[in-house]
Amino acid sequence: MIAAKRPEQRLAKLLMIDAKGEVRHFLRHTLAALFSPGDLLIANDAATLPASLQGIHCPSGEPIEIRLAAWVSIHDPTRFTAIAFGTGDHRTRTEDRIAPPPVASGDRLALGTLVAIVERRLYHPRLFRLRFLGNRATILTGLARHGRPVQYAHIPEPLALGDVWTRIAAHPIAFEPPSAGFVLDWRALAVWRQRGVGFATLTHAAGLSSTGDPGLDQRLPFDEPYRIPECTAAAIKLAKSRGGRIIAVGTTVVRALESAVNADGSVRAGHGVASERIVGETPLRIVDMVLTGVHQPGESHFELLRAFATDVVLNEISVAVGEHGYRPHEFGDSMLIERRPRVGCDHPQAAEFTSLWPSRTNSTLEQWE
Amino acid sequence: MPINLDLKGLRVAVTGGTRGLGLALVRLLAGRGARVAFVARTARAVEQIAGETGAFGIVGDIGRKEDIHPIAVQVTGNLSGLDVLINNASALGPIPLALLADTECEELEQALMVNLLGPFRLTKALFGALVASAREGCGAVVINISSDAAVNAYSSWGAYGSSKAALRHLTAIWAEEAKTEGVSFLSLDPGDMDTPLHALAVPGADPTMLRRPEDAAAEIVGSLIAALPSEPARPAAVHP
Repeated sequence: MIAAKRPEQRLAKLLMIDAKGEVRHFLRHTLAALFSPGDLLIANDAATLPASLQGIHCPSGEPIEIRLAAWVSIHDPTRFTAIAFGTGDHRTRTEDRIAPPPVASGDRLALGTLVAIVERRLYHPRLFRLRFLGNRATILTGLARHGRPVQYAHIPEPLALGDVWTRIAAHPIAFEPPSAGFVLDWRALAVWRQRGVGFATLTHAAGLSSTGDPGLDQRLPFDEPYRIPECTAAAIKLAKSRGGRIIAVGTTVVRALESAVNADGSVRAGHGVASERIVGETPLRIVDMVLTGVHQPGESHFELLRAFATDVVLNEISVAVGEHGYRPHEFGDSMLIERRPRVGCDHPQAAEFTSLWPSRTNSTLEQWE
Repeated sequence: MPINLDLKGLRVAVTGGTRGLGLALVRLLAGRGARVAFVARTARAVEQIAGETGAFGIVGDIGRKEDIHPIAVQVTGNLSGLDVLINNASALGPIPLALLADTECEELEQALMVNLLGPFRLTKALFGALVASAREGCGAVVINISSDAAVNAYSSWGAYGSSKAALRHLTAIWAEEAKTEGVSFLSLDPGDMDTPLHALAVPGADPTMLRRPEDAAAEIVGSLIAALPSEPARPAAVHP
């Protein structure tokens, strides 16, 4: 896995911000020593599909790249929301790519062994709904043989499918990797278990993170289906009842959990679709902290962070990220953000910063400055 | 050994599923109601066995690193997860069998790629799915097909025997490490069977003196059932 193999990953950094807005810097491999007994980490175990397909737009005979961006329904494996790109490859930044041939309803696309029909254009010339001919098995075979994972301009060497699977990847329904999960390894999970820190998963179909079009990007994330296992909902209930914190590994986990919250504050197990955007005004009812990549103002992920921290704190984070050379993007450094205390303080521990991470005086954590 | 237990809904992947023991396992498991995905190299044979058994056929070569994740995405995508992985595909090394001093390095490499690295890579790629199954109470088992050549030093079986010995030890270590995650690892020796692999290794063998792969498959499924939780919480198909 490229994320783990790269030498700089071993020196990846972790920026931590507590509820008071205090910023601290750590090396990321100290993550296993963080958190307190009773806390519960929840990660997204979606595996990533080879969602980028090169092929031919049959009516024009011109080359086209299709990126599957979202499911129409998780129960229908033939239909997808997709985005088209013209000739070129990932070495060109998404926003600088040549426009694809004009795509219209009924157009046929030859994508390796797969054939797809454009069902209808959506609200942008490059965005449409397509239907593959065939069933789940033939589509999976076609994607496995001909598709490649979505590539990134900042990583010049081609990414193979294994490079974009996290260690816990289980269910192949994501279109881009739930990249916060790259920080997890089985050693960290074992250490947390020994220390009484819980770990559970959900499966959330992370959609495309960037379309190359500012207007389209503003509509991200698309609706994303998810599934929360019964055992995860039960673990959340138990952790909450004991005063433990819920730590979401990745923004997709925040989105799924906050979408599945019941009126009584419990989490619904089963299938759901996250359709609401999480923004500054969104009350966080389940998640106490988010472990995520380094995001910049303007990104949809950054908007989600405004539910956790005030703009003043987020501004301090941006300054710290710049000053200390934190690397953004899917394979970069990480941030751990504790949400600001809830209005009315429904969670007694949230009002005062106690010992979410080991105290400064007896810390065994490796601070890099 | 009769298998009476219903395997309905159990999600199983078998490598080397178009011949010998692998084929017998695919037929037995699919016949008992398990949802089976199998892997083999030859498209025509894969199509034929898929048509015969109703299992999902995947064309791929366990010995090729590039094939592993494309295989894994088809396994978990078609089965909506995974409870059991049976690493059965095997390579002899030199054919006919050769003394080690006559074995080309490339032949040993090939045996290690298929018998050791392939199972390691595929298990690693599918480990998240197996642990997810264990976490949800369905149980998770990895069965690595071994051989008495993994234990005994038979002349001319150097490439095969050493690769199977390494797989056996890999299985034992993985069993220790994965215990806390709820994944069981078994190394099972099916004995000398009347299979195409055995015919390549020992061309003159009397088939009546060899075990039927169907009998070995039944025994393996028995061990598998013993390793699974008695009342698994099998989920309905949940993902496309």
